Amino acid sequence: MIAFATIAFAGLAFGVVLFLMASGLSVTMGLMGFANLAHATFAMFGGYLAVTLMNAHGWPFLATLPVAFVVTAAAATVLERLIFRRLYRSSQLEQVTLTIGLVFMATAAATYVFGSDPQAISVPAWLSGDLVVGGAEINRYRLFLVVVGALLIVALILGIERTTFGAKLRAAVDDRRATASCGINVDRLFMTAFFLGSGLAGLGGALSIPILGLDPNFGLTFLASILIVVTLGGLGSLRGTLAAALVLGIADAVGKYYIPWAGAFIIYAVTVALLLWRPKGLLAPR
Amino acid sequence: MIARGVFARRSRWRWTEVTFWLAVVVSIIVFPTHLILITQLLIVGLFAASFDLLVGYTGIASLGHAAFFGIGAYAAGILIHAGWTEPISGLAVAGIAAGAFGLVVSALVAQLTGPALLMITLGLNLLVFEAAHAAKWLTGGDDGLAGVVPSPVLGLFAFDLYGRTAVVYTLVVVALCYLALRRVVHSPFGLQLEGIRENARRVPALGISIRVRTMAAFTVSAVLAGIAGALLAQVTQTVALGVLGFDRSAAVLIMVMLGGLGTLIGGFIGAAVYTVAQDRLSSLSPVYWNFWIGLMLVLFVLFARGGIVGALDRLAAAWRKRRTDSS
Amino acid sequence: MAQAPNGQLVSAEIVLATTGLCKDFGALRVTDGVSLELAKGARRALIGPNGSGKTTLINLLAGTLAPTSGRILLHGRDVTRSSAQRRVRHGLARTFQITTLFPDLTPIEAVTMAVCQRRGVGGVLFRPLRAQSDAIDEAYALLQEVRLAECCTQRTAELAYGRQRLLEIALALAAKPSVLLLDEPAAGVPQSESVEILDVIARLPSETAVLFIEHDIDLVFRFAERITVLVAGRVLCEGTPGEIARDPEVRRVYLGDDVHAA
Repeated sequence: MIAFATIAFAGLAFGVVLFLMASGLSVTMGLMGFANLAHATFAMFGGYLAVTLMNAHGWPFLATLPVAFVVTAAAATVLERLIFRRLYRSSQLEQVTLTIGLVFMATAAATYVFGSDPQAISVPAWLSGDLVVGGAEINRYRLFLVVVGALLIVALILGIERTTFGAKLRAAVDDRRATASCGINVDRLFMTAFFLGSGLAGLGGALSIPILGLDPNFGLTFLASILIVVTLGGLGSLRGTLAAALVLGIADAVGKYYIPWAGAFIIYAVTVALLLWRPKGLLAPR
Repeated sequence: MIARGVFARRSRWRWTEVTFWLAVVVSIIVFPTHLILITQLLIVGLFAASFDLLVGYTGIASLGHAAFFGIGAYAAGILIHAGWTEPISGLAVAGIAAGAFGLVVSALVAQLTGPALLMITLGLNLLVFEAAHAAKWLTGGDDGLAGVVPSPVLGLFAFDLYGRTAVVYTLVVVALCYLALRRVVHSPFGLQLEGIRENARRVPALGISIRVRTMAAFTVSAVLAGIAGALLAQVTQTVALGVLGFDRSAAVLIMVMLGGLGTLIGGFIGAAVYTVAQDRLSSLSPVYWNFWIGLMLVLFVLFARGGIVGALDRLAAAWRKRRTDSS
Repeated sequence: MAQAPNGQLVSAEIVLATTGLCKDFGALRVTDGVSLELAKGARRALIGPNGSGKTTLINLLAGTLAPTSGRILLHGRDVTRSSAQRRVRHGLARTFQITTLFPDLTPIEAVTMAVCQRRGVGGVLFRPLRAQSDAIDEAYALLQEVRLAECCTQRTAELAYGRQRLLEIALALAAKPSVLLLDEPAAGVPQSESVEILDVIARLPSETAVLFIEHDIDLVFRFAERITVLVAGRVLCEGTPGEIARDPEVRRVYLGDDVHAA
């Protein structure tokens, strides 16, 4: 039972990271129908940024996080303005191809700059090691992740459900044309959402290094996971994405511990079954 | 008559097709040291063309086509390990195995579109990969299957070290599959597939069942992908777990987009460019070759929709126009 | 004529009938107990204010939507649960209010596809299309009939809107329907082009029963032998154009007082 709690907690932390990396993609796909396979690559960008600032410039870990958010968001938005927006009316296939091309380029570029070895970073002393709570060993860093994640999630959900920006965004996800005809600048709205979503991915990438590691294949390795989260969550649904990320994170950790021979088999089987049951997402009406 | 002429033109051999097949035959003769590369290129080309039937003609975007290729490869490998070494019947068994899986997959996804379709096909691909990884007793797990040695083709031509038998055997099988695919594409059924791609909602109002047609398209595509996988197993005499990998599913998408969607020969040309580029670029810099592939993809999507075949057709049209203008 | 002057059916074969057809979207009842009979060769207009459920009714008849309750009989056969494509095979074809065609195909390709399907050769895998010369010729003749012959090898996406509407009708006719549902066949077409469409509708095969939605009252009165008025998903009344024009209830809810005395 205690071992289970430890593992489930690790899964929870993984789920939080998955949510941070996936939430932006969910909004992008829900709003513009744009299938951006390079979204996990934004997370990788944030990760490498944090590593560089820490290892080459001696920044403390926590200070790199806001930078990872802002710089990733800005870089991704430039990409969106220059390239992605030309493809909003194209077929999903062209979107998939273009963004997978970007993933390939980023993978090679990261290898060129940083080498193919996994990156190591040192988290501050107060974040390393385990905390023993009632016999269960809780990794301090994972606890930190869950707390930070929970704060961000609450802020996001409040932001989407309580602010005018959020209301406009939800309206645009529901019916883009009708929203535009109300005089709302959907293009600007989308740019803002894209900025925030990419920033979250960058932040997620930086936060994930201590538990997931970082190498040039990051953008491909975690692409499948966040695509699964986004699809299971239902496009454009923040709560759905959160539910899917947590379910997947915990199921992955528990599955790998108790049924190691099956590897990721169980996750994929569950995903396919859930999607066949509810193709529009877990929390969506059938 | 005008109308009949339209359909005669549709199925006429295009110059890109003729050139490609001539080039293959010529290069087998001219580059006897590159037979293995040419064999590989034909196999991957068949795989890509089978995918084009789904994605280019029917408009079904799948991210899991490697599952069919891999199942074909393993079926052929396991069959030989079990003692059945005759290669041609091996291809048939592999095609049937992959086709059966294709039929099951298509029954599950026939009504879906968009991200759910992408994810389920991707998920099924990953599922098959993990299953093959776990079932060591059958597939060899990580180590794969080695020593998959088929008996001589037709009992006459043994597979030799230089790959001479392999290249001729592959060329004949792949060319026959290409002819079959061509027939399918230019049949009334093929026209209906294009109708589904163009407007899936309209098609039932013409009395056509989307479900039946997409299931048929999926199955035909899976059979041919399975044959391609089986060919790879037989001529390389090994099966590696990578035949089922997601990167192979992504690669085949790239090849088709590169070559030109909905052209069949585009799959082969894309596969050729991709395979040769991989071979050349990776020998220059094994780590960075995918940067150039990625760049090519981005540029093609942005500036040359229709891929290489589309670009070649435009060039040819411009050339013809210049000639008629000057004469 | 299938109908006597008093509107009673005279031994005419009923080709399409519905009884108590209902459709709910959540708590909203969009189609409410519609019972309708269409005789062979009928020319029936379906009119009603916006949101009265006309297109929903067409979708129910064509099988695009499944009804919540009620029955649909096509040639006496219960097709209530049949798919759209099955109903087409039993002789029911439709057009769409918002043009939905095959942008990258040419008209001749699209119509040939439909004709091949009707002839039962649509799923043929290994014989080339060009061998289906009868189907191709039939498709071409059909396009000539709707005056699309000279542009039949252009991409559909490049055709003028009025021509696309004609192609809509040609695609439906390719099924050789005994019942044809036209959902605003001339909607959005400029006056100059709509003449051709009206002409095509006027020349539809006389044995085909036609049910059409149309907002242009002049058109309705010109073509319809009988009119069904739909209000809030319910049949308000049904009758000849003369009866409908005189009906005080119809004048109040739909036609308004400025209607011409037909």
